[in-house]
Amino acid sequence: MLELYIILLFMIIGAIIAVQIKDLLSSVIAVGAVGLGLSVAFLLLKAPDLAITQLVVEILCLIILIRATIKRDIPSIRERSGWLAMFATLAFIGLFLLFAYFSLKDLPQFGHPIMRVANNYLKQGLKETGAANIVTSVILDFRAYDTLGEATVLFTAVIGVLAVLRRIGRKKPGEVVREDE
Amino acid sequence: MMIYLMCLVLFCIGLYCIVIKRNLIKIIIGIGIVHYAVNLAFILVAYRFKGRAPINAPGQVIENMVDPLPQALVLTAIVIGLAVTALIVAIAVRIYEKYGTFDITKIRRLKG
Amino acid sequence: MNNEPERPGMTLIVKTITRLTVGLILLFGIYIVLHGHITPGGGFAGGVIIALSFIHLMLAFGKELALKKVSEAQASFFESLGAILFLSIAILGFVGGYFFLNFFLKGEPFRLFSAGIIPLCNIAICLKVGAGLFAVFVALVLLKGIGEKGK
Repeated sequence: MLELYIILLFMIIGAIIAVQIKDLLSSVIAVGAVGLGLSVAFLLLKAPDLAITQLVVEILCLIILIRATIKRDIPSIRERSGWLAMFATLAFIGLFLLFAYFSLKDLPQFGHPIMRVANNYLKQGLKETGAANIVTSVILDFRAYDTLGEATVLFTAVIGVLAVLRRIGRKKPGEVVREDE
Repeated sequence: MMIYLMCLVLFCIGLYCIVIKRNLIKIIIGIGIVHYAVNLAFILVAYRFKGRAPINAPGQVIENMVDPLPQALVLTAIVIGLAVTALIVAIAVRIYEKYGTFDITKIRRLKG
Repeated sequence: MNNEPERPGMTLIVKTITRLTVGLILLFGIYIVLHGHITPGGGFAGGVIIALSFIHLMLAFGKELALKKVSEAQASFFESLGAILFLSIAILGFVGGYFFLNFFLKGEPFRLFSAGIIPLCNIAICLKVGAGLFAVFVALVLLKGIGEKGK
C-alpha cells in the first residue's frame, strides 16, 4: 500500500498550498490538483465507479469556481487576524485531534472490514437483480429509497440556485440588457 | 491506523481554512477540502486486502470483493457536494453584487 | 483596441477542436449511462458528462449559439421530466407488491436488456442530473458582473 501513502501525502501538500497562497487563481488550481489526486486514490482502493464520477465532478466544480468568481474579484490587501484567534484555533484543532485519535482506535483494522450486511448483497446480487455491477444494483434496487432522497436534494439545490440568481424586476419591451461577456 | 490519521489531518486543514480565512472564496475552498476528506474516510473503511472491484465478469467466479455499501453512499454524496458548492457560489456572487467586496468582516458592518 | 467586430467565444483553434470533439463527448456520456449495469458508471457520472458537453459548447462558441441548441426552458422541462419519470417507475412497483419493486423481467446477465428496471432508472437520473447542472451553469453565466462596468 505504498502508493496510497504517497497519494495521500501529495493531497496533504496540495491542500496546504491551496490554503496558504494569496493569489486566488493559484489556490483554485491547487484544489483541483487535490481532487484529481482523490480520483487516483479511489482507483487504488478498487472503486472504479467513484473514480469516474469524482473526475468529472471535479472538472465541473473547477469551471464553476473560475467562471463565476475570478472575473469579479477586485484584489485588495487583507491583513492577518490577530494572534489570539490563531492560537485559539490551533488549540481547538489540537484538542479535536486528540479526541479523534482515541475514537479511531475502535474502528476495524485497515483491510479487514466487518461486512455483515454486504455479504448478503455480494452473494445474491447477480441472482436477484440480474445486474453485473453490484454498486448499481445496491443504489437502484436494494437501497433505491436513498436514491429518491438524493434526487430530491439535487432538485432542491438547483431550484435554490435559480431562485437566488433571478433578475429582479421586469424587462421593458425593446430594452436590451447588456450581459456578461 | 496511520492512514486514518492522514485522512484526519486533511480534514483539519480544511477546518482551519474555514475558521481563519477572511476571503469568502477561501472559505468555499476549505469546504471543498472537507468534502474530499470525508468521502475518502468512507472508502478507506471499506477496503479489503487483496480484494477486487465489485463488478462481476462473465465466466469467472470472484471470491473476495471490497465492500460495496459505502461506495453506494459516497457515489451520491459526491454529486450532492457539487450541487451544494454551486449554491454557495451563487450566494457569494449575490453578496458581491450588494456589498462590493468578498471580505467577511466588512460585510457585517455595512447595513441596508 | 479592437479594429475588427467583436466575435463571441474563443479563438479559432478552440472552435475547430470543439467542433470535432463535442459530439464524441455526448456519445461517450450516453454510452456510460446505457451500460450502467454492466460496466462501472451509471446515471450520475453519465449525466454530468452530458452536461459537460453542452457547457463545452457554451464556453467555446459564446452564449447565444449554445442557448439556441438547448434553451433554459427546455433544460427546466427535462429536469422535471426526469424527476417525474423516476417517481412513476417507483410507484409502478406497487403492481407487484411494494414500493420500488423490481417488477420487470430480468433477462440473462451481461446483456444490454437485462436487470429489470435498472436501465430505466439510470436514464431518468441521467436526464435529471444533466439538465439540472446545465441550468445552474446558464444561470451563473447570465448574471451581469459588477466589476465590468465601463470596461
